[in-house]
Amino acid sequence: MDISEIQTIEHDVLVVGAGGAGIRAAIECAKQGLNTGMISKSLLGKAHTVMAEGGVAAALGNVDKRDNWKIHFRDTMRGGKFLNQWRMAELHARQAPDRVRELEEWGAVFDRTKDGLISQRNFGGHRYPRLAHVGDRTGLEMIRTLQDFCVHQGIATHMECTALDLFLDNGRVAGLVAYWRETGRFVIFKAKAVIFATGGGGKAWRITSNSWEYSGDGLAMAYRAGAELIDLEFTQFHPTGMVWPPSVRGVLVTEGVRGDGGILLNNKNERFMFKYIPKKFAPETADTEEEASRWLEGKEGARRPPELLTRDEVARSIKKEVEDGRGSPHGGVFLDIASKRSPEFIRKKLPSMYHQFKELAELDITKEPMEVGPTMHYFMGGIRVNSDTQETSVPGLFACGECAGGMHGANRLGGNSLSDLLVFGKLAGEGAGKYIKKLQGTPKLDAGQVNAIIRRATDILNRESGTNPFVVQEDLQDMMQKYVGIIRTADELKKGLEELKRLYQDAGKVKAHASPQYNPGWNAAIDLPNLLITSEAVTRAALTREESRGGHTRADFYFESDEWLKYNVVIRKAKDGNMEVEKVRRDDPPEELKKIAYASLEELEGTKGG
Amino acid sequence: MAERNFKIWRGDKKGGGFVDYKVELEPGMVVLDAVHRIQARQATDLAVRWNCKAGKCGSCSVEINGKPRLSCMTRLNQFPAGQTITVQPLKTFPVIKDLVTDVSWNYAQNKKIAPFKPGQKGPDGNYRMMQRDIDRVQEFRKCIECYLCQDVCHVLRDQAKKEKFVGPRFMTRLASLEMHPLDTEDRVPKIKEEHGSGLCNITKCCTDVCPEHIHITDNGIIPLKERVVDRYYDPILRLWRPIGSSLKGTSGLWEKIFRKDK
Repeated sequence: MDISEIQTIEHDVLVVGAGGAGIRAAIECAKQGLNTGMISKSLLGKAHTVMAEGGVAAALGNVDKRDNWKIHFRDTMRGGKFLNQWRMAELHARQAPDRVRELEEWGAVFDRTKDGLISQRNFGGHRYPRLAHVGDRTGLEMIRTLQDFCVHQGIATHMECTALDLFLDNGRVAGLVAYWRETGRFVIFKAKAVIFATGGGGKAWRITSNSWEYSGDGLAMAYRAGAELIDLEFTQFHPTGMVWPPSVRGVLVTEGVRGDGGILLNNKNERFMFKYIPKKFAPETADTEEEASRWLEGKEGARRPPELLTRDEVARSIKKEVEDGRGSPHGGVFLDIASKRSPEFIRKKLPSMYHQFKELAELDITKEPMEVGPTMHYFMGGIRVNSDTQETSVPGLFACGECAGGMHGANRLGGNSLSDLLVFGKLAGEGAGKYIKKLQGTPKLDAGQVNAIIRRATDILNRESGTNPFVVQEDLQDMMQKYVGIIRTADELKKGLEELKRLYQDAGKVKAHASPQYNPGWNAAIDLPNLLITSEAVTRAALTREESRGGHTRADFYFESDEWLKYNVVIRKAKDGNMEVEKVRRDDPPEELKKIAYASLEELEGTKGG
Repeated sequence: MAERNFKIWRGDKKGGGFVDYKVELEPGMVVLDAVHRIQARQATDLAVRWNCKAGKCGSCSVEINGKPRLSCMTRLNQFPAGQTITVQPLKTFPVIKDLVTDVSWNYAQNKKIAPFKPGQKGPDGNYRMMQRDIDRVQEFRKCIECYLCQDVCHVLRDQAKKEKFVGPRFMTRLASLEMHPLDTEDRVPKIKEEHGSGLCNITKCCTDVCPEHIHITDNGIIPLKERVVDRYYDPILRLWRPIGSSLKGTSGLWEKIFRKDK
């Protein structure tokens, strides 16, 4: 193909993905005067951020003055089982309050305290009420605010445009090839820097809160370009997804239900979470229902109910209850807020949940308990980045938001993803700006690379016959659900790798019918290799880490190992084209941060947090 | 297991028609599930937009048995057993393919609206707003931009006056800005001229189809119309205006009569 016939668009920076992280990064690029483009698979304002419900974590101290960045940092490290990149967790905790206030300056309307400040709610793993929120539609508020602000910043927004692959010049980023979903035509973006804000890869599982968009595109494109992936064994199964009816299985039920008083019950009407309080959280967790009730009433000295333990703990506990035969009729457990709060309160604080259950499950949550179970929700791991600049190991390639790894360690606290995307979106924009300033010469486009990328996409249409891409996708989802679930074993993971070999072959034979114009079959076929690389990386990383920590649980290594705390699992493409896994020794934490992370609450409360 | 018949519009801007499909049902299915089943096995090139599948993103708007609805929130059991379900694209916007329409016009309208312009922060570096003062604005901000209101608006759908009226979605957005306690921008002249507030004839069809149950007409459009009337047509205010301070935030008679709380 003569590439001079293909539409070419030039930007200084191209941002891939228009969720919260992508838009925030694009805003920062535009602010520096860079010619900024942003592409998204969906329409603007429809990305995953819109589905975030509970809130954005930031130690504003509006509801409890004792809160400060150090306690947020400590909570984040403890939630992440100390595997977080220390510097990232520090930057995040320090900068989140300013990023949230900035949103207010751009028009966001968060719920208020009695004094007229941004209100904050309780959430799992957060010591104090810390999540700025708007009922249970915080993500919508954030993406709309960012969207409405960004359209006036001179950013070129290219909607329904799917990235295929990066092309490089001497190892540096030179641009990216994409296609317009509407027409199926290809487009070449020449760019000095590219920022990935592409989210995770939850669509590789059958039961997930993620949409079709979450096919690990950024992870796979970065991997193919030579970047490293980190911590991919840590996948977050949100404890509360809908389980009934079948068509909504996996749809998210916000942690805000528990934050606002909801309790978990088994079919014997036992509040089972009291049985599953891990030692390290015991001093800070209520051990009787009576104490938990006092906490809900805001009584001094009462400790938090066990329903608000971190997500990994709650998800595992639910799975155990169901396996031991104490589950609800449709294979979940009961989440009850009706007995704890008034119908008015529930409708005011959890309107989307009320609506969602009413419409989709014909259930009134102000009267009856919900049925919930774990659902694949979030990737803690992702593309390995420099903590301060978000640059990957490929010069000119940056990553932020869910597709970047390291910030959340082994388990993410609820509310920390919305703050993550603001903090690191901005830093990625700054990082790309600095990189471009220092860049010598303009990277050149290599026609050979561009042609190869396009050929991979058109092959799918040109085959005489082949398999249905949706069937292969469903096969993969069933396989990951079965072999790479909440609890893993070496045997199952190895079986998973065997299955993946077959699935790679199937994916190489898929055929999409008809023209490329808005063709979901073709689109799904193009996403398949990305899903497969992501799945393989998760499976290999999970097989490598022989311990249980956070979002990675091994039945054959059912303990947290001090030795493994010293390592990250890093994945890259080897010279022979195979996937290479390496145990990489972590740097020692800075003394000051270590002191904060292991300090007692009393030592940190009321300190200004410097 | 029970089956249901579907007629789905297939085609593009050159034309098209309804195609019959049969789908096996399982409990709790919504229209989008049926469309997905057809796509996965019978027509892999069937184009449909969707994302969250929980009524939060506003991507999957179509017309179901003639009514504009979110296909992810429309359960099949609300239709009589045996009834054929027809699914077609939004009529007000040009078809791209099958159930997907070109909604870029809406994005162009949003860009024309003068952005949020906040006043000064308090001495402690914070903005202060009371919850009761933002309840109304939060109602508007529930909008998921599904454009069902735009689809059903007579001015846009039947009269094709897209160049004269921004439509209910963006009247709501304008209202959310105009009633924002921190905003200092004055959009009333543009609401009258460029955004075309006078064209809405208050049939409230937009309110009827809103999946977020926003009182688009009563709480959004009518108060904006009234601000325009106050500014341009009220004889007493016209005399008073040169003496008085900014008119922004003036709430008038209509707003008081029609105010409907959430």
